[in-house]
Amino acid sequence: MEVVFYIAAIVAIASTVLAITRLNAVHALLYLIVSLLSVAVVFFVLGAPFIAALEVIIYAGAIMVLFVFVVMMLNLGKKATEMERQLQRGSMWVGPSILALILIAEVAYLVAGPGTAVYGAAAIEPKQVGIALFGPYLIGVELASMLLLGALVGAYHLGRRTPEKTEK
Amino acid sequence: MASIPMQQGLLLAGILFAVGLAGLLVRRNVIFMLMSLEIMLNAAGLAFVVAGARWGQADGQIVFLFILTMAAAEVSVGLALVLRIYRRFKTLDADAVSEMRG
Amino acid sequence: MLHLLWLIPALPLAGFLILATLGKRMPRKMVPVFGAGSVGLSAIVAILIAFNFLTSTPPGNSYTQVLWTWMDVGGFHPQIAFYLDALSLVMVLVVTFVGFLIHFYSAEFMEEDEGYSRFFAYMNLFVASMCTLLLGSNLLLLFLGWEGVGLCSYLLIGFWYRDPVNGLAARKAFIVTRVGDTAMTLGLFLLFDKLGTLNIQELMHRALVQWPVGSTLPVLAGLLLLGGAVGKSAQLPLQTWLPDAMAGPTPTSALIHAATMVTAGVYLIARTHVLYSIAPQAQLAVAVVGVATLTLAGFSAITQSDIKRVLAYSTVSQIGYMFLALGVGAWSAAIFHFMTHAFFKALLFLAAGVIIESLHHEHSIFKMGGLRKEMPVAFWTFLAAGCSLAGLPLITAGFYSKGLIIWGAWSSTRGSGALWFFAVFGVLLTSLYTFRLIFLVFFGEMKTQIHKRPGFRMLMPCVVLAILSVVGGFVDTPEFLGNIHSFTDFLHLALPPVTEGPLRGMSELGSESLVTLAFLIGLYIAYLFFIRKRELAEAITTPAIAKALHRFWYSDWGMDWLYERVFVRPVMWIARVDKNDFIDYIYSGMALITELFYHGVRKTETGRMRWYAAGIAAGSIIFLAIVLFL
Repeated sequence: MEVVFYIAAIVAIASTVLAITRLNAVHALLYLIVSLLSVAVVFFVLGAPFIAALEVIIYAGAIMVLFVFVVMMLNLGKKATEMERQLQRGSMWVGPSILALILIAEVAYLVAGPGTAVYGAAAIEPKQVGIALFGPYLIGVELASMLLLGALVGAYHLGRRTPEKTEK
Repeated sequence: MASIPMQQGLLLAGILFAVGLAGLLVRRNVIFMLMSLEIMLNAAGLAFVVAGARWGQADGQIVFLFILTMAAAEVSVGLALVLRIYRRFKTLDADAVSEMRG
Repeated sequence: MLHLLWLIPALPLAGFLILATLGKRMPRKMVPVFGAGSVGLSAIVAILIAFNFLTSTPPGNSYTQVLWTWMDVGGFHPQIAFYLDALSLVMVLVVTFVGFLIHFYSAEFMEEDEGYSRFFAYMNLFVASMCTLLLGSNLLLLFLGWEGVGLCSYLLIGFWYRDPVNGLAARKAFIVTRVGDTAMTLGLFLLFDKLGTLNIQELMHRALVQWPVGSTLPVLAGLLLLGGAVGKSAQLPLQTWLPDAMAGPTPTSALIHAATMVTAGVYLIARTHVLYSIAPQAQLAVAVVGVATLTLAGFSAITQSDIKRVLAYSTVSQIGYMFLALGVGAWSAAIFHFMTHAFFKALLFLAAGVIIESLHHEHSIFKMGGLRKEMPVAFWTFLAAGCSLAGLPLITAGFYSKGLIIWGAWSSTRGSGALWFFAVFGVLLTSLYTFRLIFLVFFGEMKTQIHKRPGFRMLMPCVVLAILSVVGGFVDTPEFLGNIHSFTDFLHLALPPVTEGPLRGMSELGSESLVTLAFLIGLYIAYLFFIRKRELAEAITTPAIAKALHRFWYSDWGMDWLYERVFVRPVMWIARVDKNDFIDYIYSGMALITELFYHGVRKTETGRMRWYAAGIAAGSIIFLAIVLFL
């Protein structure tokens, strides 16, 4: 099973890097879905089958579909790819890459501290998660539902097609 | 189940997060910025699940659930804003939308 | 019944609030109903409480009503509490009763004025503040009332604010009393710092226990409080504001600048009499201030030509008598004189108001004359009050109260022959300037025609006060004249009696006889100069030295001239030189640096999201590095 973890990890990193470098939005989204699916595999290996399922259903399913819808609604096409090519220049990658590398180095240093605890991961059943979710975390759940409601209202309000008076 | 060192799981989360950060800083298209944000959120969730697995507790997974909720909310509002921006500025270039400068 | 005590200040305060908020909108006829009515009710409450206090005296001869705790900070918790004892009862009775009469009078006097409701609002606020001052159980509440009456005094002196002269007079009164108030504030700080409380009774108790007689601290505290009293009561050297304060409406002069507010200093010292009993030097200072003031103000009063200024100087002089009484430890005599003075001085001002009003706002006494036949009510009431002021023997209140003070100055262990002599000399001066005023205004031939006659509402208070000016003294008479001591005995519930020293060769009868003699001499001089031989008065003022002296006294011993040069001009000069306050440079410099920073930081505000995100990321990375590697 360790092998599965490493393969999934490599796939996740590779597809994520590809996702952020694509010029075509739909291509990027597809790579991103691959990345999310491989992270789902990692979850499964780590003994979180419930979360793995959610990752596939909600992230790779619902959220990404939302992105696809928006891209379709905007109807960007070839012109947008050309635009992207103009917007992206090679030199722009220098700063952010350095920042990202420093961050990775710091995390690696942090993680590679003394005491490399190896754990035999026992799977945590969805039942345990459910009990904890509706026990001590009940208020969190309620707040999350309210947040979603807020997002729903907000998204509806912002997405409405109104005659804009402030249009240039 | 596999016995994977926690360090490696966290390292994976860190790398994904850094890649997402780089994407956020580099891309000028708002849709790509939102996607990078999703990557970063997902990486943070991964770190929680890894830590939860390390201690054999369900709490890590619960926090992932909350992050998931937040990501969904953020994406829906964010994409609505993207639509708005596109309608108003006829572009998705984030640098063009800089009316709130000092 | 005593628990209605809070109503005494609350009723005028309510009147003030109603008039201040609704005064402009209510019909003019309603204004005096609220204005005078609230004070009238307050006076009725005061009378009921006095009756109750007399019939069933509460334990400890005092009654404290705690309403609530004002604040509670670091061991300092003054209460909004009213303290009633014989002293505050007498004061409150006089203030509310005389106050009511003057409000009643004002209802007609101010009727034509456009600031009718404003006037009553201020007056009501004044009565409320004055009652707070008198009833406050701690020095902080007393100080609140103290500043409240100061504010009302300022507002009422400058009541006719369209004339800049009135505004200047108001400002002068405010600033000069502020000098005294600063001293008083320092005194309060000192007392609280050393004794840990401002509750008056507690304070007096602790002072008595902690401080030995004559030590530095009580003397210092006593002198600082005296500073406040001197400012408020217009005593030397801060008396210069009172004559100018006559710029206000005449009822104001009667109520605030004659009968009540200016005696607040007397009350303060009587209230803290324990402090002065352990600070003999401070008490001596009180006596000296009193005697010096009563003499100097007497001389100034002789030379004035404005009827109200004569009365103002006589007020300063009479309060000097009260200070003298306090200074020699004749506490109840001071309060007795306060009471009789409130009656006759309020009446003098009210009658003067009637005359001024009738003569087209004529203030100069040299343009009046012969009013005895024309205005009999004003004449007889003014005469009664004037005789009381001068101390016409046997039948007037002023004779008894002043006699008590003068006898105290002689007989008390803290009195002396010199104090007694100046007090008696003061009687001569008082008699002289009072009868000069009466002879000039009411005798001789008429010089100005009467323009309108006062109505009932103005004359009634005058008549009531005239009766009181005469009979008010019979509550306390000397040994050889009935030997009644009811007033003094009542006050001894709150104030200690005079500590009489060994008899020094003169009895009370002797003292009173000499007082009578001084009165008669003054009367005779006035008669000689102003009725019999007017040319004599002119002859005596022709030599250059007499003219100079006249000018000198007329300008109040050159005090204003002196202060103008010693204080006002240097301060004005500094203000002019330092117009651009150099300390301001520090602050404007700070503003400049802030602005520079602003221009720097503004550059980072690009409005570009990615730039902000990069900032956040870089910041987090740096902090993570600090956590990791430091």
